[in-house]
Amino acid sequence: MPKILTANHLVSGDVVFRAPGGDWVVEVDRAELLDDKDALARAETAAAADVDHCVVIGVEAIDVTAGAGRIVPVRLRERIRAMGPTVKSDHRADLKPFA
Amino acid sequence: MYRYDEFDASFVSDRVAQFSDQVRRRLAGDLTEEEFRPLRLMNGLYLQLHAYMLRVAVPYGTLSGKQMRKLARIARVYDRGFGHFTTRQNIQYNWPKLADVPAILEELAEVEMHAIQTSGNCIRNVTADHFAGAAADEATDPRPYAEILRQWSSLHPEFSYLPRKFKIAVTGAARDRAAIRVHDIGLEVRRNEKGEIGFRVLVGGGQGRTPMIAREVRDFLPEEDLIAYTDAILRVYNLYGRRDNKYKARIKILVHETGIDVLKQDIEAEFERIRDGVLKLPQQEVDRIEAYFAMPDLAPRAERSSLLEAAKADDMGLKRFAEQNLHPHKVPGHVCLTISLKPIGGIPGDASADQMDVVADLAERYGHDEIRVSHEQNLVLPHVALDDVPAIYAVLKENGLGTPNAGLVTDIIACPGLDYCALANARSIPVAERLSERFGDAERQAVIGPLSIKISGCINACGHHHVGHIGILGVDRKGEEFYQITLGGSPDETASIGEIVGRGFSTEEIVDAVETVVDTYLGQRADPGETFLAFYRRVGQAPFKEALYGA
Repeated sequence: MPKILTANHLVSGDVVFRAPGGDWVVEVDRAELLDDKDALARAETAAAADVDHCVVIGVEAIDVTAGAGRIVPVRLRERIRAMGPTVKSDHRADLKPFA
Repeated sequence: MYRYDEFDASFVSDRVAQFSDQVRRRLAGDLTEEEFRPLRLMNGLYLQLHAYMLRVAVPYGTLSGKQMRKLARIARVYDRGFGHFTTRQNIQYNWPKLADVPAILEELAEVEMHAIQTSGNCIRNVTADHFAGAAADEATDPRPYAEILRQWSSLHPEFSYLPRKFKIAVTGAARDRAAIRVHDIGLEVRRNEKGEIGFRVLVGGGQGRTPMIAREVRDFLPEEDLIAYTDAILRVYNLYGRRDNKYKARIKILVHETGIDVLKQDIEAEFERIRDGVLKLPQQEVDRIEAYFAMPDLAPRAERSSLLEAAKADDMGLKRFAEQNLHPHKVPGHVCLTISLKPIGGIPGDASADQMDVVADLAERYGHDEIRVSHEQNLVLPHVALDDVPAIYAVLKENGLGTPNAGLVTDIIACPGLDYCALANARSIPVAERLSERFGDAERQAVIGPLSIKISGCINACGHHHVGHIGILGVDRKGEEFYQITLGGSPDETASIGEIVGRGFSTEEIVDAVETVVDTYLGQRADPGETFLAFYRRVGQAPFKEALYGA
């Protein structure tokens, strides 16, 4: 099962995912899939540097399934983290609830 | 209400400056997250599932219109347009950015508010009866003592690194609306036959993974000894409370493991050593604080408002609202009015920035500028004339705040759960929403009568499920959300911990299961006057087990 790296953006608190090339993005579908131990180790080393440089905090590797351009975390907790609360409490019209 | 003096104002502004600098240093990399985390927690700033979360203190749940408007502004400018009122009478913002928090704290300081000691192993917000200073059944307003405790506990050098968090609640009535029996220290302010003030002191209550009812250590502690005695309790806890295991570190475990008699001896011995020192409460100090809490100038009016009665005759919603959401007041012709934050099918305890402004308007116009937050996640206007209820109700209704369900089955308490909280195992809000929809019919709610459902998304019990008449605990069972039902809990002066009724239920099953519980009660109660809780205490689990699981 592939993994991706997730963290929180230090300044904003946003949930972010490590994309190919090392950027941290909010869209889970853009995360870099880490298919083996070496890829994971490389990504984690790079992520640790991002923690030291005050970009992100709380880096975690999480299991995902991938296909058809979508990346879906396996654990419910991680799916909620990726897609936002499942209840519509935001009072902003532009935000949509999780399916 | 209490107004900051020079000391308070400079204390808070110093703290804002200090935290602003800590944030600056964190963003510059001069502080690591390990170094920063305890500092941000001391200012109520958590990192939750999606974002930071800021918990702002509302001391003993009391605030003015001006303060509520500031909370609205913060929601609007720095957050996503809403806030969540909690089971400890505080407010939480779910989406602040770290870089904005110093500005938020500065704005809060402008209206004498802060987020100090809303997290961490220290003494937290001292909560109080949300009808304090107003309810007809009160011996006296407990809030002056809550304020005195607040001042004593703020930045107390000896108690800033306790084994674990410490929660105190106070009531001024024998009818306990502050759940004092499930707090680390619970205080009931009372009068003796001579009319003198004293305190029933209870120690070692709590919920979480080991719920316990507090034990009485004094039935009438004299007023002047309040701080010395409380200090003695904290000293004993600080000395003997466990620091080896986070889950066994609360004072309730110390009471349980040591025994209340031995612990009381330790407390009394410490109290004897310190009782005549600086902690003795001078009467003039009590009087000075009490003056801040003087009742507003309420002219007594007729017990019955013909204006309200006439309006009720034409408006079923108003009639139900008047039946459910009004509580008897000390001053004739007045009431404590509950503003429900439990719209049918909605999220318990949330209020939008616009709704907060509406409440501020109503408080200023009709409520002598006073608002309360209840631990049941509702708001209260404690001083309202009966004559003004129709006008207030009309405004509330227009703004989604007029649900006539205080104390009824849709007045659900729910923690944020897995939708928001990093500690959660299961979601609680969607379960609350679905239950609210299922039982939403006003007539059916009236037939069911007083019934409180409380939902927690994990064993930490922030939703107070242990003291729900029906309690629901969300757990993770092999990666799936699963819900256990407890029955017969109560937070009042007859406090009891709910009992698990049996095997839990899936997300698909839980709403039907709760409906089965309610229908069992309705089908077998002695008469409509027998409440759910009374029925359960009379018949026990058997009829519920049978209905849910078969003979």
